[in-house]
Amino acid sequence: MSTILEIKDLKKTYDSGDRHLTVLQGINFSLEAGDVCSIVGPSGSGKTTLLGLCAGLDRASSGSVVLNGIPLDNLSEDERAQVRNQYVGFIFQNFQLIPTLTALENVMVPMELRGERNVQQQAMDLLARVGLAERADHYPTQLSGGEQQRVSLARAFSNKPAILFADEPTGNLDEETGDRVEKLLFDLNREAGTTLVLVTHDLDLAAKTDRIIRIKGGTVVSDQLTAVVSNE
Amino acid sequence: MSENTEFIPGKRPLHVRWLLKMAWRDSRRNRGRLALFISSIILGIAALVAINSFADNLRADIDKQAKSLIGADLVIAANKEIEANQQQLLDSIAIGGDRSDEVRFVSMVQFKSSGGTRLVQVRALEKGGFPYYGAIETEPKEASHTFREGGRKALVDHTLLLQYNSKPGDSIQVGNMTFEIAGALHKIPGQTAMTATIAPAVYIPRHLLEETGLVQRGSRVSYYHYYKLPETTDADKLVKRLEKRLDEAGFGYDTIESRKESTGKSYEDLASFLALVGFVALLLGCVGVASAVHVYIREKLATIGVLRCLGVSGSQAFLIYLFQVVAMGLIGSVIGAILGSLIQLYLPELFKTFLPVDVTVAVSWGAVLQGIAIGVIVAVLFALLPLLTIRNVSPLITLRAGIEHVSKKPDKLRWGVYFLIVAFIFLFSYFQLGTWLRALAFTGGVLLGFVVLALIARLMMWLVKRFFPVHWGYVWRQSLANLYRPNNQTLLLTVSIGLGTALIATLFLMQRILLSEVAFAASENQPNMVLFDIQNAQKEKVAALTKEEGLPVLQLVPVVTMRLEEVNGLTGADVRADTTLGISERAFTREFRVTYRDSLISSEKTVEGTWQGVATAEDEVIPVSLDERYAERLKAGLGDTLVFNVQGARIPTVITHLREIEWNRVQTNFTILFPKGVLEEAPQFHVLMTRTDTDEQAAKFQQTLVRQFPNVSAIDLGLILETLDDILGKISFVIRFMALFSITTGLLVLIGSINNSKYQRVQESVLLRTLGASRKQILSINAFEYLLLGALAAGTGVILSVGASWALAVFSFEVAFVPDLTPLLPVFLGITILTVFIGMLNSRSILSRPPLEVLRREAA
Ligand SMILES: Nc1ncnc2c1ncn2[C@@H]1O[C@H](COP(=O)(O)OP(=O)(O)OP(=O)(O)O)[C@@H](O)[C@H]1O
Ligand SMILES: [Mg+2]
Repeated sequence: MSTILEIKDLKKTYDSGDRHLTVLQGINFSLEAGDVCSIVGPSGSGKTTLLGLCAGLDRASSGSVVLNGIPLDNLSEDERAQVRNQYVGFIFQNFQLIPTLTALENVMVPMELRGERNVQQQAMDLLARVGLAERADHYPTQLSGGEQQRVSLARAFSNKPAILFADEPTGNLDEETGDRVEKLLFDLNREAGTTLVLVTHDLDLAAKTDRIIRIKGGTVVSDQLTAVVSNE
Repeated sequence: MSENTEFIPGKRPLHVRWLLKMAWRDSRRNRGRLALFISSIILGIAALVAINSFADNLRADIDKQAKSLIGADLVIAANKEIEANQQQLLDSIAIGGDRSDEVRFVSMVQFKSSGGTRLVQVRALEKGGFPYYGAIETEPKEASHTFREGGRKALVDHTLLLQYNSKPGDSIQVGNMTFEIAGALHKIPGQTAMTATIAPAVYIPRHLLEETGLVQRGSRVSYYHYYKLPETTDADKLVKRLEKRLDEAGFGYDTIESRKESTGKSYEDLASFLALVGFVALLLGCVGVASAVHVYIREKLATIGVLRCLGVSGSQAFLIYLFQVVAMGLIGSVIGAILGSLIQLYLPELFKTFLPVDVTVAVSWGAVLQGIAIGVIVAVLFALLPLLTIRNVSPLITLRAGIEHVSKKPDKLRWGVYFLIVAFIFLFSYFQLGTWLRALAFTGGVLLGFVVLALIARLMMWLVKRFFPVHWGYVWRQSLANLYRPNNQTLLLTVSIGLGTALIATLFLMQRILLSEVAFAASENQPNMVLFDIQNAQKEKVAALTKEEGLPVLQLVPVVTMRLEEVNGLTGADVRADTTLGISERAFTREFRVTYRDSLISSEKTVEGTWQGVATAEDEVIPVSLDERYAERLKAGLGDTLVFNVQGARIPTVITHLREIEWNRVQTNFTILFPKGVLEEAPQFHVLMTRTDTDEQAAKFQQTLVRQFPNVSAIDLGLILETLDDILGKISFVIRFMALFSITTGLLVLIGSINNSKYQRVQESVLLRTLGASRKQILSINAFEYLLLGALAAGTGVILSVGASWALAVFSFEVAFVPDLTPLLPVFLGITILTVFIGMLNSRSILSRPPLEVLRREAA
């Protein structure tokens, strides 16, 4: 299997005036294609920051991110956008559907952006897969949180990403709805064989992934396969 | 699957069609918001299109009706009797064609039926072909010919007939002769309703002129010669060939082409001025657009962030919103153009009094297209300022909302946009105003307004922050803090409200200044009746008659008419040939009315030099005094020489004295003043000023005067004042009509800006309410905030308007700057109150709904 994500000595420092806040101080890990892994850690430990860097949403202070063989550090913002469109999918804690587009249109955006044709049927299929075919013409405000997150799942898989990043995908949902979204996420992921990076507080959820990377104070404190963790 | 697709950086198509689709989809739920920003440019475009369509139609109509504007192929006019050798020249031009002669002068006439007397312009027209084009329109129709085919018949302006209760068939006395009124005059070639009101015409047959006894030595009479040239003769070429001889003879001349140009020019100046007023309205609207788009984009940041996450490039995201703005600009401009074309239907009615031709109303596609193009361009240019930030929105905003995810790096493109805006304003004003200097002044003025207001807003924010009154009550502190906290609208509201106020106040001030410039002080002891055309021999007798009637002789001055031949050795031809001299060409063609006396009068003040008073035999050249302002137009000063021609006699003079003259006092004021001892024997007439106390007294005096001295004319200043008032009323109505566009746009922008700030304030108002603030507290917070903003912006605008009207008065209209500041207070108070009022209306609409509903609704 090939390496899909390779993080080397990644550092991130925020400068505000004279104060420097080092959030990540040298992170190293790599993921093989098809891996399902979670990143856990206390609040403020830098999980979201790390995710943003891995997905090419932000620039590191030093170190490198290589995604699907492409070193992101040398790319311009627009080139990284292109990388995201071709290889990356996102799921956010607060869904981030575009409020002015219908559920269907939200799902179509990544495909349309690639210039693909006849995307409407594919998008409908995806919506059907997440159980929202009837709600295709509804706007996000007309959907519940769980429904919105399901639309966002459909959107995340619509461009058949090589790697999927999810930041607290169930953080804003009640337990029951959260479980349903979780299940859908893992099912869809298994069907597509996508690499999945999941950031969460929820250790139960993390336990459902193959590998858990714990970070604390900006460094990786442990990086273990779940099989090993549960054995301990 | 995805592993197969090769990654080639930077090789992505824009997918313009998809971007258009996205722009469309995204706009669906914001149409109301977008409509708001369209509305602010509609009126500006409407004003531009209306004025330019009207100007286009007017130009076309002047072209079409040019021949009837002058009624002949060529008109030659002289202000003195034709000498024999000149007569030859005049006759030679008529060979192969036709000529009609007319003698024009002003005189008193008396209506026999009512006994009323009135000063009119008498036109003694020869039997013959004039007008060769167009018609003298009369009622009955045939009167325009029959009156000059024998018998003592006259045509009289129809409004005069109404005023003096006369009708065709009645009699009118002109000089020593009584004429039968053959018909009512409705239209004379080239005459506007306005000139007809100032100098209503009475036509009499040319062959009876001498018998009226009105034309005597020294009378101010003009001789008009109307030519119908042979088909093959080009009037303009002919004039070119004869130019020198015509100039030498002191003849003025006009061809269809030259009349067309001069008529067109004066209306184009007016149209340009009004178009600029419309353009300012448009600019004001664009400030509104920029402000609305700014807020709109700020709300779209989250959406843009998501799009960026999904792989949309910076320029693609930018284009999605640019397309929306272009579409809105286009819709706004089209609506504006339609509205403008409709308003245009009303303009001929509005301008009727001033127009020499019948204006047709037709859609001017040129003006419509131009208006739409200008609307889209400026709307987009102004919107680009906030739109540019889209390119720099970071996708990180999706992970961490709230923090500013727009890079603060100075954007070089912004400067490019600023440059384009300034360049566009400059070019537009250049095309409207015609000179670089004026365009520069206009652009500079507009920029200065923007900069001053922006600085004031910044200064206020800084001051409030720096000297924050920590001990004040919660409500006050909260409203003050609103002025500088993130997401404040202080800058935009100050600029848009301030500019709107400045514009409105400037219009008010200028109107007052211009009106006061022409309004006579009709107060106690000021003369209100002027007698002129008094012959040398009649001077004493007329004065005696005046006193007999119990009226004072306030002034009795001699008037000599003369022409200017040379300024420092330069002739009219020299000046025409070398425009760089900057000397007024008209100075050589106009007729000067000059007086002579030994001292200055109360309306005059020495500026430079000394007034000698009496010319002595030693004076080789005559020392004269000039109005300081006129000297400037001649580019002449103390010591410069002028050569005048008095009925053929050359008089060399030197300027030894410059005067400042208060023109708006009722006096006989003179541009050029001669000393005593030179002009006493020249052909001249005298002017007498008196004051009547009642209309009956005035009428009785005029009747006696006409009976005893039929050649003496009397101007009733009361009547003139009335006429002037009427005309000024019409002019100021036109200006106010155009100003209305700016004012309404200003209001729309104001409503728009405050409405926008509502979208920003709604969250925190609701939050405050949830936290337990009372309705009253929140309303007070908002009211105080808007009061501060409104008062500051309106105050600055008012101050700017004083500066603007000073510049306009001094440089553009060349009148003294004596502003009447009274309208400024109501403007200031009005705008401030309006700001608070509109602000409160918006706050109320939020407060009257439950917090949750508001949050849901506004978030959508
Ligand atoms: N733009 C920024 N400027 C300054 N500091 C920042 C910025 N973004 C994040 N931080 C800081 O970086 C640290 C890590 O933040 P991050 O959001 O990555 O933590 P997290 O692990 O995702 O926490 P949570 O579990 O609460 O989501 C925090 O202390 C945060 O305050
Ligand atoms: Mg986080």
